[in-house]
Amino acid sequence: MISAENLPILVIIIPLISAIITPLVGRIHRSIGWLVALLATSLSFAYSLALIRSVMENGPISYWLGGWEPPWGIEYVVTPFNGFVLCVVSFITIVITLYARKSIEQDVSESKIPFFYSLYLLFFTGLMGIVITGDIFNLYVFIEISALSGYALVAMGRERDALIASYNYLILGTIGASFIVLGIGYLYMVTGTLNMADLSARLPELYDSTTVRSAFAFFMVGLSLKLALFPFHIWLPNVYTHSPSTVSALMAATSTKVSAYVLLRLMFTVYRPEFVLTVVPVTKILLILAALAIIIGSVIALAQTNIKRMLAYSSVGQIGYIILGASIANQTSMTGSLMHIFNHALMKGSLFMVVGAMVYRTGIVNIEDMRGMGKKMPFAMAAFTIGALSMIGFPFTVGFVSKWYLAVGALKADMWYFIPIILLSSLLTAVYFWRIVEAIYFREKSEKLAGLPSEPAEAPFGMTATTLFLSLLCIVFGIAAFIPTKVAAAAAKLLLGG
Amino acid sequence: MKEHIVIRTVSRLLIPFIQLFALYVIAHGDISPGGGFQGGVIIGASVILYVISFGMEDGRRRVSESISDFMNSAGVFLFAGIGVLCILAGGAYLEYTAFAGKAAHGEHAEHALHLASHLGIYGIEIGVGITVAAVMMTIFFETARHEDD
Amino acid sequence: MIELIIGKYNYWIYIALMMIGFYAMIAKENLIKKIIGMNIFQTAVILFYISMSKVRGGTAPIEWEHAVRYENPLPHVLMLTAIVVSVSTTAVALALVIRIYKAFGSIEEDKILEMKGDRTGKPPESVL
Repeated sequence: MISAENLPILVIIIPLISAIITPLVGRIHRSIGWLVALLATSLSFAYSLALIRSVMENGPISYWLGGWEPPWGIEYVVTPFNGFVLCVVSFITIVITLYARKSIEQDVSESKIPFFYSLYLLFFTGLMGIVITGDIFNLYVFIEISALSGYALVAMGRERDALIASYNYLILGTIGASFIVLGIGYLYMVTGTLNMADLSARLPELYDSTTVRSAFAFFMVGLSLKLALFPFHIWLPNVYTHSPSTVSALMAATSTKVSAYVLLRLMFTVYRPEFVLTVVPVTKILLILAALAIIIGSVIALAQTNIKRMLAYSSVGQIGYIILGASIANQTSMTGSLMHIFNHALMKGSLFMVVGAMVYRTGIVNIEDMRGMGKKMPFAMAAFTIGALSMIGFPFTVGFVSKWYLAVGALKADMWYFIPIILLSSLLTAVYFWRIVEAIYFREKSEKLAGLPSEPAEAPFGMTATTLFLSLLCIVFGIAAFIPTKVAAAAAKLLLGG
Repeated sequence: MKEHIVIRTVSRLLIPFIQLFALYVIAHGDISPGGGFQGGVIIGASVILYVISFGMEDGRRRVSESISDFMNSAGVFLFAGIGVLCILAGGAYLEYTAFAGKAAHGEHAEHALHLASHLGIYGIEIGVGITVAAVMMTIFFETARHEDD
Repeated sequence: MIELIIGKYNYWIYIALMMIGFYAMIAKENLIKKIIGMNIFQTAVILFYISMSKVRGGTAPIEWEHAVRYENPLPHVLMLTAIVVSVSTTAVALALVIRIYKAFGSIEEDKILEMKGDRTGKPPESVL
């Protein structure tokens, strides 16, 4: 009945339909919403896996919506590049859905839970749509779908500051999205097409046109805002700090990664590598911004007292790594950059999940109060330690693999001066994570923790198990790095036009 | 504004015609300007007019919260569902001509394809109309609400 | 030069509107005024798209015996989507402002920033 050709649309349509029926079935029993979310994300992940297998064997897939032939109709494309991102996003979302059930029961009032899952699925639909679409205006629509549901998800945070965070995110996000749609308009004005493949074929002869160049500038600024690339990152720390734990984990692990994907997609497949490298050498600017993001993100993270805020600033730095690899733009560094999209999703996802578990059980978010936590929540803190080691770039963890690729890529491109930056940032990361690891294992219990019962008390099984699972994957893929590397290398080759 | 007899009488007279016009706009969306979006807005506006002239409680009695929530979902569900039906009928997502089935190759092929795509678009327009109307009402009711959470 | 100003006046208007909206979004303290700025900004984008598709002497792309040439309908359709997006963004933003008002008792940004992080403060009575 449903044949394999329809997989690209099913990846999108299943979470979409689930999102709209969740509020309805949620009236019957509130846990049904969660079940529907789990089912939809699992199906999406299964289909993404099937897609990437087929793509790696038989080459890119193109799907025509409504049977309209591109460039007139909307086209969905799956290549090794976006197939990889599809799998990462849907996989992380399943793990976070498993985690969400208990966490959300505490964070969100009971009557709103079905709506939470509805927005959650809509957010997921938007992200998957951004990744899979081959039509540039469709891209904008999906960006807005995920952004709008994202604003609402952030606003569900318990503290009233979440509202301010969400409002600022909304204003900046709208500016970003409007810039993107302006860029699309400029491109449409000169080429008369909205299909990405068609654009990429028509653009090279127009590279001298100011319109095409302004379009590129609009895209860069708009996407940097969405991506929270330094210095456009101001919305990010507040959003990550004040949203519900599940949403922080989900956003940290997926949404900025998908924006990074869009940036790469536009830079290297709509515009060609020669445009971003030579015609308008934007990669030089991005290199500087990335280096600044890496250093400044780490330095500011060092000064934080709230753990969620510290992780958020650390994310700003890690986004720098992704952009760094992409702007060095050789095969190795690009592989490293794509690997980092996956690896950072694992690391930051698990770290935010640990914090969520901690907040669930003890309500502690200040680093100061985390002293002695190792005895209270041994499993969660073990996961935290693994995540921290991975962030530092300890060998046999995923953090090491991508940093290695980035460093080798920088050397190959004769940009040795990025090696000290990577090392310095790793050192800073070591400092700000190690002070926490030290505090949780080797210090006396803080006053706040001493006031709680002394026996170990983990978060509910679903939360602890998924957190541990994700952090164990940090080690598994650190050792068996060849699995994602194979796909990432194929994707990097594709991006660089090889 | 409950005491204004003029407003109440006029809106009582107007609302059926506004809604009829909305249905007309939706029904002709596939061949002429208009369609689900515009028609939906007109239906939503008619409800808003009703609430303005008869008050919140009266309005919510006519269109309760659960009804507008249901309409919100149902419209999108209709839209997406038609797309999925196309897939089940053997076409691509939203490829309405798939509904023609075997008739697409028979002697009245053109007619069948035409009818199939019209039917598909009708369904979509109705789905869009329902959702847009419900969203209009929801936005209005939620922003006009006075009580504290 | 004249050609650049007069001949492309629609772009100048769109730039001006965009800057007005941008200014309001950044400089205004009042959260509602920021939303108004956002709307102006989005309207500027819509104007840009619509004016782009205008053909002198063109008519709406509906079959008509007197039509000489047709305008490009695609930007209009795209902007239909953009309008929907803009309406939804405004709705979400207004809903947020209502909740911010309930939580903080103010929609002035400077006053809210003073209260931010202060979880002990009780929101003042509603004055609506």
